[in-house]
Amino acid sequence: MAWVNAVIQGILTGGLYALFACGLSLMFGVMKVVNLAHGDLATVAGYVGVGVIAATNVPFLWSVPIVVAIMAVLGYVLQRSLLQAAISRGELITLIVTFGLSIVIENGLLQFFTANTRGIGTGSSLISASFSIGSQITIAWLDVVIFGLAIVVLLGLQYFLSGSKYGRLIRAVADDREAAQLSGADYRHVFGIAAGVAFATVALAGISYGMTTVIDPTSGTDTILLFAFAAVVIGGLGSLWGTLIGGIVLGVAQQIGAQINISDELLAGYIVFLAVLVIRPQGLTARRSES
Amino acid sequence: MSAMADTTLRSGEKLRVTRSRRNVAWTGIGAVLIVVILAAFPYYVKSGVLVIMIQGLIVLALASMWNLLAGYAGLVSVGQQAFFGLGAYFLLIPAMHGLSPFAALPIAAIGGGVAGFPLWWLVSRLRTGYFAIATWVMAAAILQLIERFQSIGGGSGLPLPGLVGYNPAVLTADTYWAALAVAVLAMAAVYVLLRSRLGLVLTAIRDDERAARSSGARVGVARLLVFVVAAAGCAAAGGVEAIDQLQVTPVGGGGVFSVQWTAIMAFAVIIGGLGTIEGPIVGTIVYIVLQQTLQSHNAWYLIILGLVAIGIALFARRGLWGLLDEKLNIRLFPVGYYLWTPGQSRRRRRNGSVSAGTDVKAGSAS
Repeated sequence: MAWVNAVIQGILTGGLYALFACGLSLMFGVMKVVNLAHGDLATVAGYVGVGVIAATNVPFLWSVPIVVAIMAVLGYVLQRSLLQAAISRGELITLIVTFGLSIVIENGLLQFFTANTRGIGTGSSLISASFSIGSQITIAWLDVVIFGLAIVVLLGLQYFLSGSKYGRLIRAVADDREAAQLSGADYRHVFGIAAGVAFATVALAGISYGMTTVIDPTSGTDTILLFAFAAVVIGGLGSLWGTLIGGIVLGVAQQIGAQINISDELLAGYIVFLAVLVIRPQGLTARRSES
Repeated sequence: MSAMADTTLRSGEKLRVTRSRRNVAWTGIGAVLIVVILAAFPYYVKSGVLVIMIQGLIVLALASMWNLLAGYAGLVSVGQQAFFGLGAYFLLIPAMHGLSPFAALPIAAIGGGVAGFPLWWLVSRLRTGYFAIATWVMAAAILQLIERFQSIGGGSGLPLPGLVGYNPAVLTADTYWAALAVAVLAMAAVYVLLRSRLGLVLTAIRDDERAARSSGARVGVARLLVFVVAAAGCAAAGGVEAIDQLQVTPVGGGGVFSVQWTAIMAFAVIIGGLGTIEGPIVGTIVYIVLQQTLQSHNAWYLIILGLVAIGIALFARRGLWGLLDEKLNIRLFPVGYYLWTPGQSRRRRRNGSVSAGTDVKAGSAS
């Protein structure tokens, strides 16, 4: 029964990891940018959430759209300024700039908010409520809610990309920037929109992480970026639903590792990641080969 | 010093190719002189200065290695702390078995290089951004693995044995010499590698990877070699850090597996000049000055260093040294080639300019 429990908990954690990963995947798919500051931006969203609740005393649920809106605007602005400047100078510069951004954000948070951990209080009993199946399996409602949120976000992204006007523009620009530009689409604006959407998911990831556990300045890279990346690679580069499968595989591997030995949790996840890298570098769900 | 080749044009005129537009013998002599002066430092300067110099030399060795990776082979690794940390542990383990830490330094370097082979095999399938994060995951996984072994200190680390009873002044001097040796060897290795056939291959890859591959350049082998050399260099630097700190801490402030080490080496290279041999020296000086000025303000030096690095990456991609080079055309360590058109000579013409001729810069992957 303990093993069944581990698998169920792992699947639910996979939803959180998919939330971490889908923004990273979207930005790579559209702009070919691997944003090394991805995790730190999620941490920033978590801190913004803590700040919004503390400053305005709005109920937790009201703070979520505020944080999402703030991050989406930040995403658009950052894309139009710093990231666009980096992208136009090539992949190497983009990597260096986002890595620099990651280190600056992490140390900035450390400087202004100290290394103390913070949690996002939901102010409701939901955060600790749970239900039981049988005698050994206890499932936290919060995990279920976050898993559901991940599904909703992925469905929303899929609908947005395939059905909406901006989604079609984003896909057109991702496919062939010059051709889209010739047809009158300003690719920089479209990139900005895509970054805004990606940052909105980053905001949800940061808030969800802050609810399930506590955040500190280093959680952006130590946890969010690396898990997001592992989920993306396991699921298959550039695949939206692959991030959910990758997240679930990662989550289950970690929970099973923890079941074997509590200190093996992270290591087990990394081993699965490295194994996928060796055996199936195109990921579990990839439709076409790497090139 | 300068390799020369004579090529005859169809018209019978002679083209010459040399390493540099100027005679570089004096820079060679200058470099030797500087190393000799630096080696004599412990006899003249206070140990407080030596302690700062040791940190600077560690950063210089690391920056040279990162420059080789990112600047010449296009491999942006943000997981070099893996090798830095492994180097510290490869020094700690023999020291625990009674070997002098200084004698264990070559073991740390070789151990790091050997570890580079399987790790390269894991990450080599990925390119650019994915390669970057994969190296980061690799470093995180190695940290998790190291923390599993309680016998080498687990998650909290161990003090370095074997140096008890050492005269503190002698220890500082010995550590300084070890750091100097590692930094000089790291820079010399980069210089020799880039002037060898590998330098040509790397330049070819930078210009057009597919063309290089189809012309028979062994692209994979070249990258592997660069990765392994950088692994060994970073491990040696990690070994020196362990001796300098007298203990090995895996994570947290000053932890050998902290990503801040990669941040420091990358920022130093970018500020100094990515893809120039002189860049890491300039960048290290900037790093030390910033770090010393702002050391009482905690993390500020890293924030400022990061912001400066972002600015330079965007607006002066060949860094401070690149700016200097554009203005004055200095190259202390020439690794490219210079094509002399017939009738040109090394001596400056009376009216000033050195005139036409094609500068072929080596390296600097884009």
